[in-house]
Amino acid sequence: MSEKVVREIALSKKEPKWMLDKRLEALRVFKAKPMPKWGADLSGLDFSSFTYFKQPEGEAKRSWADVPKKARETFENLKIPQAERRWLSGVGAQWDSGVVYQHLKDKMEKLGVVFCDMDEAVKQYPKQVKQYFMSQCIKAEDNKFSALHGAVWSGGSFVYVPRGVKVSEPLQGFFWLNLMRGGQFEHTLIIVEEEGSLEFIEGCSAPTYQKESLHAGVVEIFVGKKARVKYVTVQNWSRDVYNLATKRAIVQENGLMEWVSGSMGSKKTMVYPSSILTGNKAKAIHLSLSLAGKGQELDTGGKVIHIGKETSSNIVAKSISKDGGATSFRGLVKIVKGAKGAKSSMSCESLILDKKSQAKTYPQMEILEDEVVAMHEAKTGKIAEEELFYLQSRGLSQAEAMSMIVNGFMEPVIKQLPLEYAVEMNRLIELNMEGKVG
Amino acid sequence: MSLIIKDLKVKVEGKEILRGVNLEVKPGEVVAIMGPNGSGKSTLAYSLAGKPDYAVKGEVRLDGLDMLRLKPDERAKNGLFLGWQQPVAVKGVTVEQLLRAAIVNCRNAACERTGQVDRCVKLTEFKQWLNHEAGLLKIEAKQLKRSVNVGFSGGERKRLEMLQLIGLMPKYAVLDEIDSGLDIDALKLVAEGIKRVKRQNPKMGIMLITHYRRILDYINPDKVVVMKEGRIVKSGGRQLVEKLEQEGYEGIE
Repeated sequence: MSEKVVREIALSKKEPKWMLDKRLEALRVFKAKPMPKWGADLSGLDFSSFTYFKQPEGEAKRSWADVPKKARETFENLKIPQAERRWLSGVGAQWDSGVVYQHLKDKMEKLGVVFCDMDEAVKQYPKQVKQYFMSQCIKAEDNKFSALHGAVWSGGSFVYVPRGVKVSEPLQGFFWLNLMRGGQFEHTLIIVEEEGSLEFIEGCSAPTYQKESLHAGVVEIFVGKKARVKYVTVQNWSRDVYNLATKRAIVQENGLMEWVSGSMGSKKTMVYPSSILTGNKAKAIHLSLSLAGKGQELDTGGKVIHIGKETSSNIVAKSISKDGGATSFRGLVKIVKGAKGAKSSMSCESLILDKKSQAKTYPQMEILEDEVVAMHEAKTGKIAEEELFYLQSRGLSQAEAMSMIVNGFMEPVIKQLPLEYAVEMNRLIELNMEGKVG
Repeated sequence: MSLIIKDLKVKVEGKEILRGVNLEVKPGEVVAIMGPNGSGKSTLAYSLAGKPDYAVKGEVRLDGLDMLRLKPDERAKNGLFLGWQQPVAVKGVTVEQLLRAAIVNCRNAACERTGQVDRCVKLTEFKQWLNHEAGLLKIEAKQLKRSVNVGFSGGERKRLEMLQLIGLMPKYAVLDEIDSGLDIDALKLVAEGIKRVKRQNPKMGIMLITHYRRILDYINPDKVVVMKEGRIVKSGGRQLVEKLEQEGYEGIE
């Protein structure tokens, strides 16, 4: 990690000077910032061991046939063409550090919706990018990893939904790490203007490698007045990835931000999507589900800051830990002075399936205004022997009983995921439960 | 062909609760088990179903099959049913889900094994079957979509046990105080349920554990036994119930 690498990235992308300056400033912040002293254990993380940039194989391409063969095979293996037919109106897929495949239906373009590679956006839409990119929402100074991201970011999606436009089908971005020791620093910038609406799905799937990989993405979302944005993450990184993303939304008057995430991959995760409710009656819903297995530490949560009057937030987090896996939930709700009539509820529930596994919860509320309604509950539990015995006395094996209880526990979040992911998540969990005794 | 219990001794947390129980329930027979609190009736029921933390000695055979070697679900699959005194709430698993899985695993698998396919609950007709049977027990349709026993009253839980009994149609049913905590109307529903099961499957053997005679006014037992301090101390016919009613358990040695 040096200035030389950062300059090379900017040069190869033919970026304007303002972006290079931003990168160099972020690099300075990164070098000055200490590692976080809380959260997942990151002592095994060695910044010097990652590749920060690799030239893409080709220009961004629109036709399926033009996508490099190796990339296409991976898409095929992941059944993405089928997924696209059924779900997608546009795919921005990141291959290594560049976008090789991008497709937008004519319909979207006619509506004036922009969905393109973030690198391209820097050149095509400099005004908006300059205004919104790591300046108002997430800054390099926020944390060590947003600083690193600011210095070496590459690729990702830029989405702009104009005033009053409702995008009826979800947009989807797929991210892969296929380069050994490849870093992945995609940047997602979503701007939805007044009364617009959008659902964006971030699905991650990485093949398993021997050496560790690093993912430090940034997601910035601007929700306009009366606009609605739903951001869905299905995180299934391979079990050697450090997943240290920063995600935040700013929500204006009467706007609605929904974060839905299902995390089951990675070695270490530290991700806490945030919503800043600046406008009156702005609303945030955070739903998350984590499943941590052997060798995994998933530290997740949510953060909401109530600034506007009569704003409301609802955080629901569920986690399951098994085979020595560890989950942590960190929830922070802050209601500032003047946010009269704010309402907030936070609930986190964890299920621990065996003695080797762990779950911790850290709910926190900072309330500086009197006229508010705020509540939280945190529950950590195990499946009671008696519940298992009851189901077994009805002819269900222990594994069937466990998987039924676990599925029921997750269902409220799972049903918010797109169908294909919900099916996949259920299937993976069932596989994980087989032969496991609590 | 019988459910035979021989010299069953059970320790719970190191304490001997059953001290050698001998009992036989023949196909089609109703055996009432009575006895004071703490005499070991529920421990008997749980140990037959295979409660994991019990230390069990002796022999239990279901139509010749050695039950004590089997896991709880295998016992259920081989035709033993436990109606729980205090049915457990299982959050996340709906009544409908549980019944469907239980019927597939137990009743339908057994019917297919023995070639009595007409005794299956066909999955295509499962919902109709469920709604019909639930209706007879006055279980509301919306409760079928709820988690098993979560937020159910005592009476509702007992009726749900009955629904499961009817669904699973076992060879032998152990009903542990299926009558406790019920008002007179609910008691009647449960008793009628037992009669209905008996009509559908006259060969079912039933072990009816109870404190009170009132359920025995509806269901006539073939045999009545009294448990005391972990053993069966008395065995007789229906008239034993009257005797207990008058003299209490004190007079039984």
